[in-house]
Amino acid sequence: MIRDITIGQYYPAQSILHRLDPRVKLVGTLLYLISLFLFNSIPGYLVATLFLISVIRMSRVPFSYIMKGMKPIIMLLMITVIFNLFLTRGGEVLFHAWIFTITAEGLRTAVFMAIRLVYLIAGSSLMTFTTTPNALTDGIESLLGPLNRVRVPVHEVAMMMSIALRFIPILLEETDKIMKAQIARGADLESGNIIQRAKSMIPILVPLFVSAFRRANDLAMAMEARCYRGGEGRTKMKPLRYRSRDRIAYIVMVVYVVAVFVIGRYVPLHIWIF
Amino acid sequence: MSIKLEHVDYVYSPGTAYEKKALSDICLEIPHGEFVGIIGHTGSGKSTLTQHLNGLIRATAGTVYYNGENIYAEGYDMKQLRTQVGLVFQYPEHQLFEVDVLTDVCFGPKNQGLSQEECVKRAQEALRLVGLKEKYWKSSPFELSGGQKRRAAIAGVLAMRPGVLVLDEPTAGLDPKGRDDILDQIAWLHRQTGMTVILVSHSMEDIAKYADRIIVMNKGKILYNDAPKQVFAHYQELEKIGLAAPQVTYIMHEIREAGFDVGVTATTVAEAADEILEAVKKRRRGA
Repeated sequence: MIRDITIGQYYPAQSILHRLDPRVKLVGTLLYLISLFLFNSIPGYLVATLFLISVIRMSRVPFSYIMKGMKPIIMLLMITVIFNLFLTRGGEVLFHAWIFTITAEGLRTAVFMAIRLVYLIAGSSLMTFTTTPNALTDGIESLLGPLNRVRVPVHEVAMMMSIALRFIPILLEETDKIMKAQIARGADLESGNIIQRAKSMIPILVPLFVSAFRRANDLAMAMEARCYRGGEGRTKMKPLRYRSRDRIAYIVMVVYVVAVFVIGRYVPLHIWIF
Repeated sequence: MSIKLEHVDYVYSPGTAYEKKALSDICLEIPHGEFVGIIGHTGSGKSTLTQHLNGLIRATAGTVYYNGENIYAEGYDMKQLRTQVGLVFQYPEHQLFEVDVLTDVCFGPKNQGLSQEECVKRAQEALRLVGLKEKYWKSSPFELSGGQKRRAAIAGVLAMRPGVLVLDEPTAGLDPKGRDDILDQIAWLHRQTGMTVILVSHSMEDIAKYADRIIVMNKGKILYNDAPKQVFAHYQELEKIGLAAPQVTYIMHEIREAGFDVGVTATTVAEAADEILEAVKKRRRGA
């Protein structure tokens, strides 16, 4: 049950995307996320779709696996769509009943917003699928390096992030185990109204918090026992170094962003209201 | 109250990179009142197997019968099954959550829909069965020692009055004294209540002493399913899969090899002593 949550997890595979420098993937993802807000037209979405699909294929992460990661955001997606659909005014009225009105502009915004959200999640989860948590924080630490000059504890922040990421699967597994243990004691987690259900979470949340604190304590102790004192004077076993594939990836990203901007803005292609 | 498994297969995360076959073609029957030991190396599928016994995980293929009823049949009362087959997980103390021990132990009976009085009665009875002293009943479960916490957690399952008690590595992480205490308590419980006990462990010594029958798991399959003496006769094969027979088995084989005619089937120290005495007597009579 709880094992099904795939968002934010690493998916081991052999692909060019897995081998890229984490900094490229971070910057690339950021560029991709920004690019999604640069246009609002069919040609733009076509380019973005093409790009996303080819990157997914290159990553060798099964498409179904990425879709599974979408499940937790379905509610958010529905709410966004419904709000946009009924609350946006403008253009021709397509449907009207009682207090509900759907306008052309509303439908347009709702559809584009839904696609945009799905693409945002797919793109960013692709980064975590192809990058180990360690590589990810190395990348963040290196990218934020300049902030060290203004006394931002970059290393510490990166370490906290990597620990947090590292603990996601552990705590998920722990939750799974505790849930099973309480179900074995006859706990009913699935039926009842919302208050009863919230109450039935207590036997899971209390042990989960206790276990999280215990693990945090153990980890802190283990780190101190190995003389961890923070980032000062600390060197890396595998320092990040750009290779030619990373440079090519940067170029691909820039080309994509320019293409999506130009095509998305200046190619006139309209179908019905879109 | 028998449990029967027929050709059970289980695959974790099918269709992903993490796909792993945990159980394959498990056939097993456990009659009522038996004390069964399940033994196997880490990752041999023993924990997965135990979770099939009360329907917590559903077999990818095959069927599980409890008292002759197919538990995967439409409309089968899983909740009832789970109170009948009490499963104590590894490190069960990690599931404690209530403000005091007694309330925590009441959680199971309360979920069965029993009255408050009945819950407390059963909880007290369960706490006595696991040998947790009354002075601890009102303290927070988080204040207890490791061994006491574990007793409290086992009581939490016993309070549902299950007909079958499944314990997954109940001695993991305990010191030798705590380990012997818990195991003796479980053996006593078995004698006292006549319930079926299924004990999962990776220590041969633990299991040899108590079990009527031993099931050896290796790579998701049942390797041996026999009385302890028969299983330990395969001590060389057991070694190959990373398990070992009890130390006395080795000693008895060594003694025999040294030319002293003893039986080699002893699995506990007491039995070994008897065997040796017997052999000594025989030799005297012969001489």
